[in-house]
Amino acid sequence: MAKVPKPEELLSGISYKPPEKGWMAVKPDLRPGTYVNAASAKWLKFLDYPFPRDWSVADEDWKLPPNWREIVLEGMEDRLARFRSLKVFFDICVRCGACADKCHFFLGTGDPKNMPVLRAELMRSVYKRYFTVAGRVLGEVAGARDLDEQVLREWFSYLHQCTICRRCSLFCPYGIDMAEMTILGRELLSSVGLNIEWAAASVGSCYEKGSHIGATPQAYKDMIDFLAEENERITGVTTEVTYNRKGAEILFVVPSGDYFADPGSYTMMGYLLLFKYLDLDYTMSTYAAEGGNFGWFISHEMGKRLNAKIYEEAKRLKVKWIMGGECGHMWRICNQYMPTYYGQPVDFLEEPVSPITGTRFENAKTHKMVHISEFTADLIHHGKLKLDPRRNAHIKLTFHDSCNTSRGMGIFEEPRYIIKSVLPEENFVEMPPHTIRERTFCCGSSAALNADEFMETRMKGGLPRATAVQYVAEKYGVNHLGCICALDRATLPTLVNYWVPGMEVTGITELVGNALVFDDEIDRDMDLRDRELVYPIVKGEAGEETEEAGMEAAEAPEAEEGE
Amino acid sequence: MPNVEFKGKVFEVDEDGFLANLDQWCQEWVDYVKDSEGISELTDDHWKVINMLQDYYKKNGIAPMVRILSKVTGFKLKQIYELFPSGPGKGACKMAGLAKPTGCV
Repeated sequence: MAKVPKPEELLSGISYKPPEKGWMAVKPDLRPGTYVNAASAKWLKFLDYPFPRDWSVADEDWKLPPNWREIVLEGMEDRLARFRSLKVFFDICVRCGACADKCHFFLGTGDPKNMPVLRAELMRSVYKRYFTVAGRVLGEVAGARDLDEQVLREWFSYLHQCTICRRCSLFCPYGIDMAEMTILGRELLSSVGLNIEWAAASVGSCYEKGSHIGATPQAYKDMIDFLAEENERITGVTTEVTYNRKGAEILFVVPSGDYFADPGSYTMMGYLLLFKYLDLDYTMSTYAAEGGNFGWFISHEMGKRLNAKIYEEAKRLKVKWIMGGECGHMWRICNQYMPTYYGQPVDFLEEPVSPITGTRFENAKTHKMVHISEFTADLIHHGKLKLDPRRNAHIKLTFHDSCNTSRGMGIFEEPRYIIKSVLPEENFVEMPPHTIRERTFCCGSSAALNADEFMETRMKGGLPRATAVQYVAEKYGVNHLGCICALDRATLPTLVNYWVPGMEVTGITELVGNALVFDDEIDRDMDLRDRELVYPIVKGEAGEETEEAGMEAAEAPEAEEGE
Repeated sequence: MPNVEFKGKVFEVDEDGFLANLDQWCQEWVDYVKDSEGISELTDDHWKVINMLQDYYKKNGIAPMVRILSKVTGFKLKQIYELFPSGPGKGACKMAGLAKPTGCV
């Protein structure tokens, strides 16, 4: 694996000076560290995906099928007909450049082809050549070019330097959605057997066993049971989970990172504690064992295939509605694609209603899934949780809006409302306004780009995010970066360890788990990560004080602007 | 898939150098990873980790989460890094011949 340059080497290597030659003449530079490995044949065979073969990105010969050009062009024609948006996005761009410096990959690499306008042009130029009169007649003068292997290499390189985060779309006066173009471009690559291993292995594992990590049902149960035991050890509260239980009110689905990897596993402990506190009638499924969907990072068809199991399991278990954990792209899919992917009305589920507060989640009327942050914020708003923020006094937090839950779903206030209820007031600090909420900077490794071999580009792509984190760390002493996405919890620790050493990454429900006060808990002197609390709570000796603090915390914070 | 040759044995590996098939795992593979990891001598502690990983994998079809590895072996994460400098995944799991998990990890 390529050696990752040191931060100072990487910084000094970033140049915004464009190459002297025109963009069509510049060939893609695919050196180790700047690409994700090619997908192995075994996964494509298993998924029945076209042209499985063993090849390497570094090879001269990508072993393309002889008629690859026809396949790609036919695929483009097909998608132009099926996705009117794609044709509009190709035709409408006026090269205003508003998007150019909004992409984290451009800011971190200085490569002009990472300007979204030019990334789209890599495909648009082919569209013009084969599907417009001007391009067919005038060729390069009209910005058109032939589709050759170099073009395909370019697509492979730059469509895998896009995390489909849509920050560029936010600034585009026409709202051109680069993410949609990237996904369709990746589909075209996939149609001639050009896939990345990190996506294909995750998808294959999920399709075969139910989760991206490839957990078997017994492993799934073993891990979650282990985390429940950890809860009991730390809090004295038993948080047992039922699996595949028919007739439960709610099916709870989480991204697999939450029950397999740190620090997501602490978020998982928080979920279990919260549900125990409420005596919630929920179950978890060894079949719908994955909230995330790496299929969507390859093609809509694969996204649809993986997504189906969540509804199918909800139907089989006869639950009323579905709650999802802290995941990013699960919510983008849920919010924008899920009912379409499913292809029929989700009439076997009910419009979600919180059994604790009676709140009707009208926003989930169609897809019937509620985000745990919505659920928890509603609980706090109704004063249903006894919380002691002092148990998070050692945590000085800033919040990273995940691309998908913010730009894809508009969840801005709920996590902040929760944070303000579970942390001492002075312990929450925002990053600069142009780096949060809908303008948030991506972690730089999403969309199946969180592979180790891609580390150099990942660290470049994450630089804008890390810079904002560093700013609040130095200015306010922030020591934790909060998020509501498992991909963030997988990628941000690596990113901040590289750029802002000492920073920890945490899910928000972990903080809820720390702060929840149970009647029958043991003395709490450790947080969920076994770190000593700054203000240990000792019952008996300081019982009165504890009670008072708890009462204060139970009051809902002032409503925020925009709620 | 690329091959690795060591002490007369040929191993099929993925692009990250992980063993493609646990059935190919043997002492020579352990020695190969030991050398590439820069571990001077394998101790009982190393074997305790390797055996735990393989037992768990055979039972559950996946590597254990790091916290379960810690709990069962009694080694804190820091100690696992002392034993396997590349860490529990890229060091220990690789030596034990396990596939690496993918997804949000």
